[in-house]
Amino acid sequence: MTSNINTIERAPFAPGGANEIDKAIAQRLLGAALDAGGDYADLYFEYRSTQDFSLEDQKIKNVGQGVTMGLGVRVTKGDATGYAYCEELTIERMLSAARTAGQIASSGGSDQTFSIEEITPPHRYTVENSSLLKPPQEKLALLKRADVAARAASDKVIKVNASFVEQVRETLVVSSNGRMVRDRLPMMRFGVSVVVQDGDKRQSGSSGGGGRKGLEYFEGEDVSPEAHGAEAVRVATAMLDAREAPAGGMEVVLASGDSGILLHEAVGHGLEADFNRKGTSNYSGQIGNMVASELCTVVDDGTVDDSRGAINVDDEGNLGQSNVLIEKGKLVGYMHDELSAKHFGVDPSGNGRRQSFRCMPLPRMTNTSLLGGKHVPEEIISSVKRGVYAVKFSGGQVNISNGDFVFSLTESYLIEDGKITAPLKGVNLIGNGPEVLRNVVMLGSDFERSDGIWTCGKEGQSVPVGVGTPTIKISEITVGGTSAG
Amino acid sequence: MSDLVNELREIAARVAALAKSKGADDAEAIVRDGSELTTKVRMGEAELVQEAGSRAVGLRVFCDKRSAITYSSDLRPQALESWVENTVALAKLSEPDDLNTLPDGGFATEFPDLELFDPSVLGMTANEALKLAIAGEKAALGYDKRITNSQGATWSRVVGGMAFANTAGFAGGSKGSYVSFYVEPVCDEPDGKKRNGSWWTASRFLGDLASPEEVGIEAARRTVRQLGSAKISTGDRAIVFEPEVARSLVSTLFGVANGSAFYRKSTYLLDRENTAVASDLVTIEDDPLIKRAPGSKSFDGDGLPTRKNVLVDNGVLKTVICDTYTARKLGRESTHSAGRGVGGSPGPTSSNLFMKAGTSTSEEILAASEGALYVTSMMGFGFNAVTGDFSRGAAGFLIEDGKLGQPVSEVTISSNFDTMLKGIDMVGSDLEFRSAISAPTVRIGSMTVAGN
Repeated sequence: MTSNINTIERAPFAPGGANEIDKAIAQRLLGAALDAGGDYADLYFEYRSTQDFSLEDQKIKNVGQGVTMGLGVRVTKGDATGYAYCEELTIERMLSAARTAGQIASSGGSDQTFSIEEITPPHRYTVENSSLLKPPQEKLALLKRADVAARAASDKVIKVNASFVEQVRETLVVSSNGRMVRDRLPMMRFGVSVVVQDGDKRQSGSSGGGGRKGLEYFEGEDVSPEAHGAEAVRVATAMLDAREAPAGGMEVVLASGDSGILLHEAVGHGLEADFNRKGTSNYSGQIGNMVASELCTVVDDGTVDDSRGAINVDDEGNLGQSNVLIEKGKLVGYMHDELSAKHFGVDPSGNGRRQSFRCMPLPRMTNTSLLGGKHVPEEIISSVKRGVYAVKFSGGQVNISNGDFVFSLTESYLIEDGKITAPLKGVNLIGNGPEVLRNVVMLGSDFERSDGIWTCGKEGQSVPVGVGTPTIKISEITVGGTSAG
Repeated sequence: MSDLVNELREIAARVAALAKSKGADDAEAIVRDGSELTTKVRMGEAELVQEAGSRAVGLRVFCDKRSAITYSSDLRPQALESWVENTVALAKLSEPDDLNTLPDGGFATEFPDLELFDPSVLGMTANEALKLAIAGEKAALGYDKRITNSQGATWSRVVGGMAFANTAGFAGGSKGSYVSFYVEPVCDEPDGKKRNGSWWTASRFLGDLASPEEVGIEAARRTVRQLGSAKISTGDRAIVFEPEVARSLVSTLFGVANGSAFYRKSTYLLDRENTAVASDLVTIEDDPLIKRAPGSKSFDGDGLPTRKNVLVDNGVLKTVICDTYTARKLGRESTHSAGRGVGGSPGPTSSNLFMKAGTSTSEEILAASEGALYVTSMMGFGFNAVTGDFSRGAAGFLIEDGKLGQPVSEVTISSNFDTMLKGIDMVGSDLEFRSAISAPTVRIGSMTVAGN
């Protein structure tokens, strides 16, 4: 709301709000949800306020704003889930959603009472820092600064687009096993994309970042609007002269940071416990087995302060955690939501996440990292006779069942005789998760987290995530270039 | 027009008028109302029943050539009023753009019945839907004893209405239904690796769906045939794309043949209009007026009457798809192809986009393609719109003795999209309109396969 510069509008379901949800109302709704005999129910209230600004052709082109609000009600009976939602928080609408969700059970229930305890989660981000509290002009100025810097970086620049998106999401989870937790999650994302031209050659490049932060983000190292503008131009101009990438299996070195995409696709999704509960992942039944080279320790950590993947509490009311998934190559745990934790007889791991109140929660990643090793990055590159050095990525995808995954490089270079040489055209790497992780032969001491740009999609639901890695050497992976020589 | 559409149209017109009364020079409002039912079964048991409805309104205002776009799901009169006021205030933050005005007239006045809504879709109960899903999954599980598991079977329907109005007097609306059914069985390799496959049916009309059993059996057939998949050697080969995958080539072409990509110079097709961009076997059309088709509509997101556009005619790039704004940016006329969601700017969008059928049967293509890779799925995002460089993960089969032979996985196929489209040397006669983007079987003479 442009008129509320000093406060962010609170959700109507928050204490003191027009539709305040207290324990008594929550108990009544949960009672209605379980009336038909369900085992478990939860209520998920969400209020989301978003603002976005975009620059094109040196002008602020679009200013947008939106608010969504609703309640999602989930009831489970065994492995079956009933789900319903409503967007008006009147008692009639909420009761109706609760009863609709409850129809998944039809055995008839008894009157149940719930003792509900409100939990105060830890603080991994500060909503008071949200950029929504700052005058819009400050954000417009950021876009202009990036535009000016990008144009100044090279006379080859022919297009600059910049965008700033900010959001605060307020949630309240109440479950029939007694949890009641509120959270307010800030998020911002800044991005610049450019097109450069040199003669009849054109190329694009981009740079961006953010997190559960406010405008103080831009005070970090190399992340000012100018730095992002210049970085986008650097990538685009570096790739102007890209040559055909090689095709076939070879050594690949992945730069620290965003290369965590590899991890996210190669093992991350396969360790989400819903697939393992159903026995459809290639990691099903593999707990205790070596699934990666012993150099590899993989952690999913929702507790990294102010990061894009941080969560104080997941969307089922369980606290965010740091979970070791693979320890020195051995598979030690999955990422769980309530359903899968119950199935495996373990505690929930704080990975039950959802896109919005319209979606049921699923086991999802938060910040997934491969911990660092002992080599200096230069040593890793100089160990490669002929291979590819991968720096920037546009995304990846995995087939959970057979473990095949791809990830797409947007900035990469040939390594010849231990030296980085020519830039390569955009190319895909393809591999099989467990095989590629067994091929991890060197890890750098330069562990780094990605900046806050990544979004993960699963079953039609998008959630913000982070990744992190050191420099990684893979002894063999298939590079999808066009030059078979 | 139904009561729902009348109601939505009235809301849209009222919101647009309200914006004008609050100081906007002009305004447009879009209202969507939808209800969904999703039922999913797995291994014979109900896994999910999801049922809900939602409504939201989106607004774009123009004030002194400045604009703002906002949305809200709170339609109470007081909330609407303050939201509209905020939107007008927000517009003052953007900078003037001479192109920021309503279209210069020519709004749709006739709304042909495109048969987009089947009332019987609403009559389906969750229990009936679950029964169909169970039957489809059972057919898949029973098809072959090597099918040991399932990612489930999902039956879902969406029924909804939308309306769009502006302060130039346009107000239109429509109502539609869409039903889909999807089955995904899983089988095991002897070494424990799993293979999944899937099949689906979808239509606006219940009666036009394939039976659950047919879908289940086809999903099972597509799953077990992958058993024994392996990499193949690195090198150049002919590539045959099955229709399900050839669709994505058509979709990629759309991404570089629209006004937005053109004015942003983020397409390798700049300055290529009226020249050959594909082999002369290739014709690609966008037709919003096909009855019962998934992407049909009688007016676009700017309120203009829709029409068929030919993007590529026998290989020549004829039409760059534009909405009003991108057309103005490029100094030309809209192709009446604006798409618009509740929360975003309008932009050029396809309706029913397809590559026209050719003359070769799929059997003839297989018979003529010994040693080619037949691609049944692609993975990843490896396409650079500015340069056309293309590299994606692929799986499928080697064509051996005119049939699908050795199953193949974990390879990439790479080339440049310009070279690929020009290299199309066979187009199948097997076009079906199952989804809003469709294509027949397509063969490309040569691409680089990276594998062993």
